[in-house]
Amino acid sequence: MKETPLSNCERRFLLRAIQERKRLDGRQCYDYRNVRISFGPEHGCCVVELGKTRVLGQVSCELVPPKPNRATEGILFCNLELSPMAAPGFEPGRQSELLVKVNRLIERCLRNSKCIDTESLCVVAGEKVWQIRVDLHLLNHDGNIIDAASIAGIVALCHFRRPDVSVQGKEVTVYSPEERDPVPLSIHHMPICVSFAFFQRGSYLLVDPNEREERVMDGLLVIAMNKHCEICTIQSSGGIMLLKDQVLRCSKITAVKVAEITELIQKALENDQKVRKEGGKFGFAESIPNQKITAFKMDSAAVDTNNVEEQAEEIITKADPPSEVFAKPILHTPGTAQIGEGIENAWGDLEESEREDAAEEEGESSATAFECQRTETEDTNTMSEAKDEPIVLSDSEEEEVVILEPQEEPKKTRYLTGLNHFRRNQSLKVNLSCHIITNLKFYLKPQTNLKQENTSKKAFNKKRRKKRASR
Amino acid sequence: MAALELLSDEGYRADGRRATELRKVRARMGVFAQADGSAYIEQGNTKALAVVYGPHETRGPRSKALSERAVLNCQYSMATFSTAERKRRPHGDRKSAEMALHLKQTFEAAVLTELYPRSQIDLYVQILQADGSNYCACVNAATLAIIDAGIALRDFVCAGSAGLAEDAALADLSYIEEAAGGPQAALAMLPGSGAMALVQMDARLHHERLEAVMDAAAAACRAVHAVLEEAVRERAREVTALLGE
Repeated sequence: MKETPLSNCERRFLLRAIQERKRLDGRQCYDYRNVRISFGPEHGCCVVELGKTRVLGQVSCELVPPKPNRATEGILFCNLELSPMAAPGFEPGRQSELLVKVNRLIERCLRNSKCIDTESLCVVAGEKVWQIRVDLHLLNHDGNIIDAASIAGIVALCHFRRPDVSVQGKEVTVYSPEERDPVPLSIHHMPICVSFAFFQRGSYLLVDPNEREERVMDGLLVIAMNKHCEICTIQSSGGIMLLKDQVLRCSKITAVKVAEITELIQKALENDQKVRKEGGKFGFAESIPNQKITAFKMDSAAVDTNNVEEQAEEIITKADPPSEVFAKPILHTPGTAQIGEGIENAWGDLEESEREDAAEEEGESSATAFECQRTETEDTNTMSEAKDEPIVLSDSEEEEVVILEPQEEPKKTRYLTGLNHFRRNQSLKVNLSCHIITNLKFYLKPQTNLKQENTSKKAFNKKRRKKRASR
Repeated sequence: MAALELLSDEGYRADGRRATELRKVRARMGVFAQADGSAYIEQGNTKALAVVYGPHETRGPRSKALSERAVLNCQYSMATFSTAERKRRPHGDRKSAEMALHLKQTFEAAVLTELYPRSQIDLYVQILQADGSNYCACVNAATLAIIDAGIALRDFVCAGSAGLAEDAALADLSYIEEAAGGPQAALAMLPGSGAMALVQMDARLHHERLEAVMDAAAAACRAVHAVLEEAVRERAREVTALLGE
């Protein structure tokens, strides 16, 4: 399915909000969304939620022959899948740019930084080594896939237990989990990616962009770091130009963020281990009553109501007194909101409303040109209105609804005055622009008697409608 | 793990260079007659070839054309004989797709795409011999090819790589230094403003060393810039001589 493009007004709104240093969800520019980590029943399975972005990570292992040039090392293989349930634009099997980018980043972050000790995965040198496979699935896309995926990957690796193995000469025995407890992987360090979105040609940055912010950003910088302040990967993407001190500043912010997230991960891992040891219930099924898996729960924002009364009084005393309000009765033009409101009978006005409709349909596009001209006259007209003139609500699509007095009209509508004279008795409000169009169509025709003109106009409209119906 | 020292006690690297020294850079423009622009660059033993077609009408679905700027289409490939072991590389594999993406990102920032709306610029880069700093050689070759094609650029795009060996920053890494597994950074820079179109770094580096490594890479970029500029002037002299000025 093709992705829905972002509308221009939404883009403008987001960019303006960012210009005023505001984010739509109320975060500060360096704030992360809430990170929630939950574990599955098996070792090595976890779900990480970064705000609404959800990634499922699963680690599995297998005994395979090693790579020829690295005979004593195990193999780590990472794969991230953008599931079609994450966003409508993701299709299975299609290798998009985003997929390549995110996969390569996760691969570099986890594999090239040597976060797990691959030498310890060797069973028989040159013949059998463990291949650890990390599968990450994006379940919901709400921005910042890279961060969520990196957290899920490293948490799953920390949580995983591989079967114990013993080698006697040439014999290799793999023990099942019942025979011997599975062994955790040896993790050197935990690299975590932090994404920075750049706006306003690189002068303003936001941490952890959500999906909407990602669509309007200029570029992205991803820094992967561990808690020892060692940078594992830096990657800039998008068409931005960066300066050296921007990158250095980002790395300092990353250090702070990574420390927080690593602490969170440690706590989650400890909790899960405790629960398993005590024999308590764990796994995804446990998360359902807490509404973690199947629902998105919005955190209610706390509102400080301590000094509300004093603040309110302050505001009232400082504010200007309200302007005088005149009661203005509201009238509806025929055809709008008439149920139960007891407006005059509109049956006799069918002629005029028909003509109005037909003219509206055809004249709308060129109506705007006339509307511009009309605005000046409209302004003067509205200003000359008495204050207690009734407000007219009309459903008509034309913006300007002008209340005309015959003697105030400019030269162009001289022809119209005749019509208005004709109508004044019925106190109809005229939709000016559509009538200009109808007039223009007849402008080149010689001016005939008014009554004749009206009937011929009606006949012409009928003919027009017939022609359109036959097309 | 390399038993080879990256930097000896006297300050010499494995190929006899000093820590901040670059390999010899040789560049030639206009190597192909058919293409709109082409260039060949040698950085030490790394040899890269870049070819540019465009700007021309968008081939394929009309919907891909952008109404206000040109589309840049990049393709990166390594010849099978480019590495020490002959290795057949499938065409759409992830590493070359990632490289192509990086090239596209780099040049979309540098080329004045607004001057060529609704058109497409094709950039094909081929590595003939890979001896480290592949990305940097590609970017330098591509810059020359784009200039040869006469496409408007904001500034030269020069790329340089840097690494770290015990406390000294090494500029312009060769394959042995890259394979040793130490930190390595690649930078694509516009020398006039010092703005970086692409920053890339791999392997563990303490964030206090980051500045030193980035400075070394930036210095490498500026050094390459001098060579590229000379190559462009040489080419301009050739072309005007042929025109009979």
